[in-house]
Amino acid sequence: MTLDFDVIGRSLPYLWKGFLYTVELTAIASLGGLFFGTFLALGRLSPAKVLSNVAAGYVNLMRSIPLVLVLFWFFFLMPQVLQLVTGGERPPQIGAERTAIITFIMFEAAYFCEIMRAGIQSIARGQVHSAYALGLTYGQTMRLVILPQAFRNMIPVLLTQTIILFQDTSLVYVISATDFTGAASKIAQRDGRLIEMYLFVAVVYFVLCYTLSYAVKLLQKKIAVIR
Amino acid sequence: MRLDLNWGIFFQEIPGGGETYLDLLISGLWWTLGVSACAWVIALVVGSVVGTIRTTQQPWLVRLGNAWVELFRNIPLLVQMFLWYFVIPEFIPPLKAWIVKADPAHAQFLSAVLCLGLFTSARVAEQVRAGIESLPRGQRLAGMAVGLTQTQVYRFVLLPMAFRIVIPPLTSETMNLIKNSSIALTIGLAELTFRSREMGEYTFHFFEAFSAATLVYVVIAMTANRVMAVVERRVAVPGYIAGGK
Repeated sequence: MTLDFDVIGRSLPYLWKGFLYTVELTAIASLGGLFFGTFLALGRLSPAKVLSNVAAGYVNLMRSIPLVLVLFWFFFLMPQVLQLVTGGERPPQIGAERTAIITFIMFEAAYFCEIMRAGIQSIARGQVHSAYALGLTYGQTMRLVILPQAFRNMIPVLLTQTIILFQDTSLVYVISATDFTGAASKIAQRDGRLIEMYLFVAVVYFVLCYTLSYAVKLLQKKIAVIR
Repeated sequence: MRLDLNWGIFFQEIPGGGETYLDLLISGLWWTLGVSACAWVIALVVGSVVGTIRTTQQPWLVRLGNAWVELFRNIPLLVQMFLWYFVIPEFIPPLKAWIVKADPAHAQFLSAVLCLGLFTSARVAEQVRAGIESLPRGQRLAGMAVGLTQTQVYRFVLLPMAFRIVIPPLTSETMNLIKNSSIALTIGLAELTFRSREMGEYTFHFFEAFSAATLVYVVIAMTANRVMAVVERRVAVPGYIAGGK
């Protein structure tokens, strides 16, 4: 067995493009997931039974099936569903990269929902009552009083979930999207350099994720002191 | 295509003949459960040991345990799966020799079990450590005071309590493990998700195939939840909030 780590240098531009897609996917999916997840959380906590049941059903469904299966659902069926909606001649081609973005937003929304729900529930009930007593509407209470605090309390957990998401985006490999892992794997198979490429990918992910989670830990301490 | 559903598709024979698509999915389910069960044993044993040594007084043991957890937690599971299947055997010649000769399914199974087992062990270790650290300090001190050795303190005082506390979070780790086993399809293991995609590709009835797989995963999740809820009630420590009394 001879190792040839030059393959990494030679394919660096391609790997970098894949890495940028990974970062883009992580950023869009975490922001989108947080946005929809917050609404799902409000839905789950709503006194309207129908609304809270629908939100809870969605969240529990997403949380009980594997991400790989969710990716397949969207990848194979979204073109057909879009065709049904638009009534076009043939299924529109949206490509693996865009499918992945939509899938991850929908999937992460369920996980961010649970985090935001815990955040909202951690706020003292008196805050809601005092907001109402001041004459704020439900929307104002949530937007101006509850959500900013819930969001702030949950920042470390949200960031940790984003690091997990960053790792999970590698699963777009199963629908052949070219993220960082996908790019490395394509080079690895083309050049027969599986060992070098996969070790390189592992080291890059490890260094990044370890550093980021260490930073989150520091941040957590800082926030805890202020509170 | 107009999403023309045909739920009878499960009882049609696969192109090779001999068995139906339902049989295909069921064979996938067995692989999913088999991999998960074997990996769970590794995860529980290794995770308990690693979690325990992280709470001892020996700094090098603690550091070793921490390094173990960080290593498995900061590399994507997919990449770990590739490492176990493509990379690690290259560094262990006897293993490589076995893989070349063995049935591919066995090599995939072994890689998937080791990968999922050790990945989950890091998560179990984190729960076990948290469980032990949640015990009042007095328990360890009392154990020492009556003259137990460190091993005995763990064996008779700390671990029996910690495990009763840790069981609820371990439920969700079990669920994660079963879901994560689907990633083994990337190295070709024919588990449930693999089989449902295969069925979709043969028949173009993706909707039915994925619905079946989804249903099975949801049923597994709900069953595990029920079973563990019963276990949780039985092991709950009286006096703790979960214990009720």
